[in-house]
Amino acid sequence: MKLHELTIAQASGLLKNKEITSVELTRAILDRIEAVDGRVGAYLTVDADGAMAQAKAADQRLADGDAAPLTGIPLGIKDLICTQGLRTTCASKILENFIPPYDATVISRLKNAGAVIVGKLNMDEFAMGSTTEHSGFQVTRNPWNLDRIPGGSSGGSAAAVAADMCLGALGSDTGGSIRQPASHCGVVGIKPTYGRVSRFGLVAFASSLDQIGPLGKTVADCAIMLDAIAGHDPRDSTSVPEPVPTFSAIAENGLSDVVVGIPREYSSAHGLDPQVGAAVERAVKTIESLGARCIEVSLPHTDYAVAAYYVIAPSEASSNLARYDGVKYGFRDRTQTDLLQMYRSTRTQGFGPEVQRRIILGTYALSAGYYDAYYGKASQIRTLIKNDFQTAFASCDAIISPVAPTPAYPIGETLDDPLTMYLSDIFTLSANLAGIPGISVPCGFSDDGLPIGLQIMGRHFNESMLFQIARQFERAATLTDKKPLL
Amino acid sequence: MEFTPVIGLEVHAQLKTRTKIFCSCSTAFGAPPNTHTCPVCLGMPGVLPVLNKKVVDYTIKMALATHCTVQPESRFARKNYFYPDLPKGYQISQYELPIATGGYLDIDVDGRSLRIGITRIHMEEDAGKLIHDPDRPISRVDLNRTGTPLMEIVSEPDIRSPEAAGEYLRRLRAILRYLDISDGNMEEGSFRCDANISIMPDGSTVFGTRAEVKNLNSFKHVEKALYYEIARQKEILLDGGQVVQETRLWQPDKGQTVSMRGKEDAHDYRYFPDPDLLPLVIDDGWVDRMRAQMPELPAQRQARYMADYGLSPADARVLTGSRELSDYFEACLAVFDQPKTVANWIMGDLLGLLNTRGVEIENTPVSPENLAGLLELLDADVISGKIAKTVFEAMAETGRPAKTIVEEKGLVQVSDTSAIDPIVDAVIAGSPDEVERYRGGQKKLMGFFVGQVMKQTRGKANPKVVNEILAKKLG
Ligand SMILES: [Zn+2]
Repeated sequence: MKLHELTIAQASGLLKNKEITSVELTRAILDRIEAVDGRVGAYLTVDADGAMAQAKAADQRLADGDAAPLTGIPLGIKDLICTQGLRTTCASKILENFIPPYDATVISRLKNAGAVIVGKLNMDEFAMGSTTEHSGFQVTRNPWNLDRIPGGSSGGSAAAVAADMCLGALGSDTGGSIRQPASHCGVVGIKPTYGRVSRFGLVAFASSLDQIGPLGKTVADCAIMLDAIAGHDPRDSTSVPEPVPTFSAIAENGLSDVVVGIPREYSSAHGLDPQVGAAVERAVKTIESLGARCIEVSLPHTDYAVAAYYVIAPSEASSNLARYDGVKYGFRDRTQTDLLQMYRSTRTQGFGPEVQRRIILGTYALSAGYYDAYYGKASQIRTLIKNDFQTAFASCDAIISPVAPTPAYPIGETLDDPLTMYLSDIFTLSANLAGIPGISVPCGFSDDGLPIGLQIMGRHFNESMLFQIARQFERAATLTDKKPLL
Repeated sequence: MEFTPVIGLEVHAQLKTRTKIFCSCSTAFGAPPNTHTCPVCLGMPGVLPVLNKKVVDYTIKMALATHCTVQPESRFARKNYFYPDLPKGYQISQYELPIATGGYLDIDVDGRSLRIGITRIHMEEDAGKLIHDPDRPISRVDLNRTGTPLMEIVSEPDIRSPEAAGEYLRRLRAILRYLDISDGNMEEGSFRCDANISIMPDGSTVFGTRAEVKNLNSFKHVEKALYYEIARQKEILLDGGQVVQETRLWQPDKGQTVSMRGKEDAHDYRYFPDPDLLPLVIDDGWVDRMRAQMPELPAQRQARYMADYGLSPADARVLTGSRELSDYFEACLAVFDQPKTVANWIMGDLLGLLNTRGVEIENTPVSPENLAGLLELLDADVISGKIAKTVFEAMAETGRPAKTIVEEKGLVQVSDTSAIDPIVDAVIAGSPDEVERYRGGQKKLMGFFVGQVMKQTRGKANPKVVNEILAKKLG
């Protein structure tokens, strides 16, 4: 087996047994990036020197017998997670040359675990988009079909994992931004419970919805990565001081005690591709065959989720992105001498059209006289959606649904049609509104060979249940051996 | 037609915490620009605020001191606007759900007690400072002050005169200083005030259109600006015009307010709950802990001075007007336990001296121990009242104890009759005319004889003894 094709679990074992070194593994990943990223476009920054130095240090740790599961494992990081001394752009021209003087908490934790950070991955600018076409710098292509989108906003993360350009990656998920690209690229991605992983150092899009999570080649790999980054952080007031189980110690027993809910409202969802519907139905059968009992549940306010989300997220974004004003760091239009003109010109040139669209939307929704009708109403819907899940979880342990209504669509298809792009978030963004965890695991392929993902959502802080179901399903579905041809 | 002013005040008090409200940077004043900063208060991408609990402690104390209800749950909100001294593009403040509501403050104006309602108290962060280059069209940004904790105290429109506004502010400041939670220094900007003011015809209950006046940076200017604004609005109304709702800027050098922006230009701050901070939950235990730490407040001290020391309400109010003065008074009493005498000396000689020299009580040249020492000497008849004034002046000059000054200058009072007798005899012998007139009935001349004896003894003779001897010898 080629080194870059290893899973984290496999590589970790080989490293510990001294069968390979992290320097060899990291070199292999850098070579792989060299070989294929010209076609995929996943990385915005590759830190070859830094990665090799970290690999050497990891080998020392391995030699000292002081290794954690991630020691020596090359990972990629979505480019809105701050890395000290390493350019962090959020795929935006406005932060094109921003070098953070601090690490995000998740990065400190990965570094403490001895992980090797290979580089920074492309995304939709400030995580706003579902295609990674809305990057200020480059388009990322789906490794399964280079004319298709990889999904987004963590499209670079999903594509890099799918194309073996890292062993695992971190993404962020505000309305599906980990799960949807994982689904489109045929990898596993989990959005943890809101508050499970520290947001300190995650450049904010919508603070009440954002959550960092891992993308990996297998369920087990995602569990290993989540083990390393989860847990309370005093620097993030919204991170929760809940005990964190060891997710990688996933129960390997069957699902005989598990009740899975299928939301009635999702089968009639707008624009659901029949091939996606069929793949999810087959997955439900597989999960039943593993011993789980499947029941129908109802999430009656599903129809309002997209509307509520596209008020709340842009509202928060309009405020979160106010700091990019050209005064302190990042891009500034230096030709302007008047303050107001400097603000206008800097932000007009620095932000792309999708970001500007959302800032305008959010600014409008928070304006005096509109606040109650928009932000206030959306917050009420959010509560109703939370209640929907709470009611549903009274009768089931997990809820199963598609991740995206369709397989990855052609690049450029929704560029002039943001509404269709927004509607494609229908299955994922409810989990963000409710703050519950959700995982995307591959469940099949379309006729033209594009991956299809299955979403499993669970109760607050019950990621273990998601890992258990996903792991059993993954084993039964035997899809992980299939690789994109690059 | 006469008008009644309707005034409400918004006060911002900088809290004396060691660190900032949402990061651990120092709040110390006067450091080189941008040295008390970190990624959090610089508003860098991805950083998050963490609330300094001390700020909550202090605000709870202020809420208790002003009879407010501490809310079991309050929220921080973002106030969005662009300005270079505001690195995040929003200020973290409180809006719909402030930490404390519905209190009051009692003040005395012209011997009448007035109750001023407190609408709300909330916490927020301060902004930075712009330093404009005098020679070039550029400005520099100093973010040391960014994130310094502020407490905003909003009054009801219950104030009816500039004097009452001044008294309210002085009282508020006194409480802040008694609680030791703010310097309350208006000139240095740790205590800032904006005023909302309108006028209505006497007897009316319908408020007029109000103007908000900003840049009131001393107690004197608050009253001056309010007087100006009352006159301005009155003139408009008497001319048949209408007051415009607007924000006006007080120009201290010109003694006038000028329009800053109208209602239509008012900012839309797009407040919304800050998703980075959880709702602030304050349980009874927290409030009780703060209540247990409350010091004696000015109103309580005033009552105690009246009840225990028999001071008049006016004297008790003056002495408790500032914590420092009140502490000075009590430090004197610890040495010399005659409250009325101490009070008279403090309010007369000491405050007179401080006034002349333009210094605050904190920098008094006469320590409470020295003043009490002087009063002890006076009480024990070691020195006369007249000599005491001289010694007080010498203490003010040198800062040395009364006893040392009295000894060095030989100012000890002479009460010994054998020493005074010959001097009295000499005075009587040297003034035959006056003696004759005195004995003829002009008893007022006693003063003349006493004066002569005091002159001969350079003030050191005990006047009581001199009087007795003179009365005896003159018959
Ligand atoms: Zn700071």
